[in-house]
Amino acid sequence: MDSSEVEELYRSDSRKVFATLVRLLGNFDLAEEATHEAFAAAIQQWPEQGTPANPTSWLVSTGRFKAVDMLRRRARLNDLQPELIRRLSDIETSNQSMAEQVIKDDRLRLIFTCCHPAIDPKVQVPLTLREVCGLKTEEIARAFLMTPSTLAQRIVRGKAKIRAARIPYVIPSLNELPERLDPVLSVIYLVFNEGYSASSGDSLTRVELSAEAIRLARLLVELLPDPEAIGLLALMLLHESRRETRMNAAGDIILLEEQDRSLWDNEFIAEGRRLVEQALRSRRFGIYTIQAAISAVHAEAKLACETDWAQIVALYDVLLRADASPVVELNRAVAIAMRDDVASGLAIIDAILNRGDLRDYYLAHSARGEFLRRLGNREQAKLAFERALSLTQQETEQRFLSKKIAEMERDC
Amino acid sequence: MKYILLIYSEEGVWRPDELEVARDQSVQLCHALNEQGQYLSAAPLHPVSTATCVRVREGHRAVSDGPFAETKEQLAGFFVIDVANLDEAIVVAASIPGTSRGTTEIRPIVDLPGLP
Repeated sequence: MDSSEVEELYRSDSRKVFATLVRLLGNFDLAEEATHEAFAAAIQQWPEQGTPANPTSWLVSTGRFKAVDMLRRRARLNDLQPELIRRLSDIETSNQSMAEQVIKDDRLRLIFTCCHPAIDPKVQVPLTLREVCGLKTEEIARAFLMTPSTLAQRIVRGKAKIRAARIPYVIPSLNELPERLDPVLSVIYLVFNEGYSASSGDSLTRVELSAEAIRLARLLVELLPDPEAIGLLALMLLHESRRETRMNAAGDIILLEEQDRSLWDNEFIAEGRRLVEQALRSRRFGIYTIQAAISAVHAEAKLACETDWAQIVALYDVLLRADASPVVELNRAVAIAMRDDVASGLAIIDAILNRGDLRDYYLAHSARGEFLRRLGNREQAKLAFERALSLTQQETEQRFLSKKIAEMERDC
Repeated sequence: MKYILLIYSEEGVWRPDELEVARDQSVQLCHALNEQGQYLSAAPLHPVSTATCVRVREGHRAVSDGPFAETKEQLAGFFVIDVANLDEAIVVAASIPGTSRGTTEIRPIVDLPGLP
């Protein structure tokens, strides 16, 4: 193996090595250093001495010895750290060979630790991207439009909490799993949405962020094939299949019904649909799977007018039972408008707004404006679009709404 | 690893008869923890109206009634436990009767060397 192949292995395997070293060393920073030292040793030794039979095991055990060296050097510098010295002897006696399952479990431990509910959700996301995915602090900062120093502080805060509060590095037991899996799934979905929404940041880092979320979900599904993890992966793949058609060359939004469906990514759709079916068969699915099922119904329609809206309304009814939120009600109202008639959809939105929900949610006013437009009530439609415009900071959304307002004015 | 579990709740959320039951349950919990070698100390506190604040500034001692209640939830009691990690502390916190009507804050304790 030459040095470029070692670099390739670094990209694919360094986080596995890191995750196992975190367990063995009980310290994120030491594990990070040891991982780098192990790969540096590999670049030096493998081209001359040949590649070991199990490179990952070699890297873990080399990282372990490098950590021992580092601890020894530090122990000489300051003679405290009795705990670290105790670890020295533990490490030296642990087994050389490393079963594949152990390494897999270590990655899962790392995910659950970074997404522990005792860690601030604002910290969970960057911590997971940094420690589980191995993204650089600068890359994460760029994607989230934050300064690297603010982001670095959050990551430091997260690692300090893990250490000081002693958040265990374990896979939750089966009875805790539902509670513990939720934050993991929501971190993954947040990462995906940050990459998928056109709100801000340059497009390249955003594509990478969505790809990272999909990679993370694939890893989770591989390690722990829970129906909702499968449902979330399906949901993201189905969204991702439409990435290229959501916007024209000028960066303007193209609505689902106006998208060129021949450009949707069929591979993503096929995989997404297969996963939805798998999750649904389990009968233990939740909100991600239901949303994925809705997305799959859209994906099945070759033309927008062929969409099975009855099926979509039925799925929204299921979703409402699982997650009775006004936003879900709003989406269901749109489906009702398409299945029955626009006036029925409008009546539902008005009822939501009249009881005081979603009044500051731009999509509620945007949908209301669109329904009023279709009903020929241009004056009221214009007011609704203006209200929506005043409530969104997203530039592409603003352009979209401004165009709608201009249309209403022209035709008045 | 030692943790202090600080139980915050609104005063008056327990009727006197309920409070008696909750305190019995807390005592039982302490015994259960003690059998596991996890119990260090625990106690309910008198209402915040009985509290006194002391400050020393530039050698001058100031004593006052207080603290000033900014929130409705007050410190109502505490547990000090010795468990393996945060997840175990969370399990204990969730089983404290006071947690069912208030909020229990888990704080890791600094192991200060040289204490008596």
